[in-house]
Amino acid sequence: MHILYQIFVDPFVQMGAAPDLLVQTLWDGLVAGVLYALIALGFVLIFKASGVFNFAQGIMVVFAALTLVGLHEHGVPAFVALGLTIVVMFVLAVGVERLMLRPLVNQSDIILFMATFGLTYFLIGLGQLVFGGNPKVMITSDLYLPSGAIEFKKFGGFVSLQKIDIAAVIIASIMVAVLAVFFQRTRIGRALRAVADSHQAALSVGISLEQIWVIVWFAAGVVAIATGIMWGARSEVSFSLQIIALKALPVLILGGLTSIPGAIVGGLIIGIGEKLGEFYWGPLLGGGIESWLAYVIALGFLVFRPQGLFGEKIIERI
Amino acid sequence: MRAPSSNEAALGEVLLAVEDVSLTFGGVRALTGVSFDIRKGEVRAIIGPNGAGKTSMLNVVNGFYQPQSGRITFKGEVRTSMRPYAAARGGIARTFQNLALFRGMTTLDNILAGRTLKMHCGFFWQLFRCGPALREEVEHRRRVEEIIDFLEIAAIRKIQVGRLPYGLQKRVELGRALAMEPDLLLLDEPMAGMNLEEKEDMSRFIIDVNQQYGTTIALIEHDMGVVMDLSDRVVVLDYGRKIADGTPDEVKRDKDVIRAYLGEPQ
Repeated sequence: MHILYQIFVDPFVQMGAAPDLLVQTLWDGLVAGVLYALIALGFVLIFKASGVFNFAQGIMVVFAALTLVGLHEHGVPAFVALGLTIVVMFVLAVGVERLMLRPLVNQSDIILFMATFGLTYFLIGLGQLVFGGNPKVMITSDLYLPSGAIEFKKFGGFVSLQKIDIAAVIIASIMVAVLAVFFQRTRIGRALRAVADSHQAALSVGISLEQIWVIVWFAAGVVAIATGIMWGARSEVSFSLQIIALKALPVLILGGLTSIPGAIVGGLIIGIGEKLGEFYWGPLLGGGIESWLAYVIALGFLVFRPQGLFGEKIIERI
Repeated sequence: MRAPSSNEAALGEVLLAVEDVSLTFGGVRALTGVSFDIRKGEVRAIIGPNGAGKTSMLNVVNGFYQPQSGRITFKGEVRTSMRPYAAARGGIARTFQNLALFRGMTTLDNILAGRTLKMHCGFFWQLFRCGPALREEVEHRRRVEEIIDFLEIAAIRKIQVGRLPYGLQKRVELGRALAMEPDLLLLDEPMAGMNLEEKEDMSRFIIDVNQQYGTTIALIEHDMGVVMDLSDRVVVLDYGRKIADGTPDEVKRDKDVIRAYLGEPQ
């Protein structure tokens, strides 16, 4: 009986007793969620257009952040460096299309997936060759991103919001909104789904695979820059950052691999769920549940709703 | 049954001419020196035993394959190599032997996808779905609904095509090709795997497309009854070579054709 009380009653009593802590936890969860959504978005874009899970998304985040910081280290002004990084991501998109995807038109998804593994290791090698393997510090202040915190005296205590987190939430929200509208309302949206379903058929109705692929890889590259700046600002810019890509997996499973709104909602559920779970239920299990709770939630979803919250449910006739 | 027009002068001008086209995959010769033409407004059949190179021929015409030698003249323009979307832009639509549909999308979206090339509005208009984009969207929807009515698939317009029975999927694929308003429509075995009733429906659609819209059609088909009924002229391939070319009646009597289909007399 005592354990049931600890699971089902005690955490809620705590939440009621200290609303300031609850609000703080929710805010932390929201920020984490938005950042997860940002990574997941990069995956969703490419999955929508090629039906392939892009294993290289994580390293693209690192590569974008390294390029930005590396250029700045060589004396390029911050915003020029940002512009150049966008150019680099565009060149990368064109390169991926020309050298990797074009020769693989009409191949099965698993082959494209394996190709993204290759791309991952290529980018790791290239990144280390050009920028070295040492961790770098994100140039937040040069990009006029705020630092410090705002404190509210509310809910019977203090709630502190990091300014960089507020900036992250705003930037990510704008980005997500623009991408969602762009891909869902223009004819490019329909073309994307068409390409993901069948290369052959897409070609036959006059959709240019080249163009679509460059567009989505470039969009994913721009998302990678934003992700790299935000995650880089919270820790440091190093190759270990690419494992955040793994954090996107439960988000994708939850939200559905093909849905932009799904990436956002999934990110928020995972982010907030994680923080609340860690803070209120974590002590029961000795803490540290943050690192695996997301995967457990995702597993549950796989059992009951394998296509995710917003994913396309595909019923095949065989 | 239509009377095949044996009088060549009655046919339109040449829409597509294939001259001396050869295609190899490594050591395999898929096509060897094939030449034929397709005239405006006709139904041209390409027949031949399995592995004769019929589908390869269509793939060459719409740019999936690049022939090693030979010339292709479409609408008076000679081209050596061409990309598939450029062929689509030029007015060539096609269907596939083994179906190539957007399986996750509805019938309506599949057919709308066929109109991709006809959509010209800048995406800023599309983003806000107003002004010219709205008019364009309405116009495209109207055309798509016409096609849906024409093919009698109104009942399945909101259903994901992956869930449809095979015969209907074939029909949706034809609808998508029609949505492109092509000058030349390539049909790769439009009746494969259909029952008699479905075949009759499909034959009717093909004749209607040809006569109502004046669309030139090139089709591959194994059902000889269908081929003889539908087509104005037939080209016969065997082992990648052209062995006969003419009206259905001429082809039916051709010795090489009989040999290719029935084998050598003992």
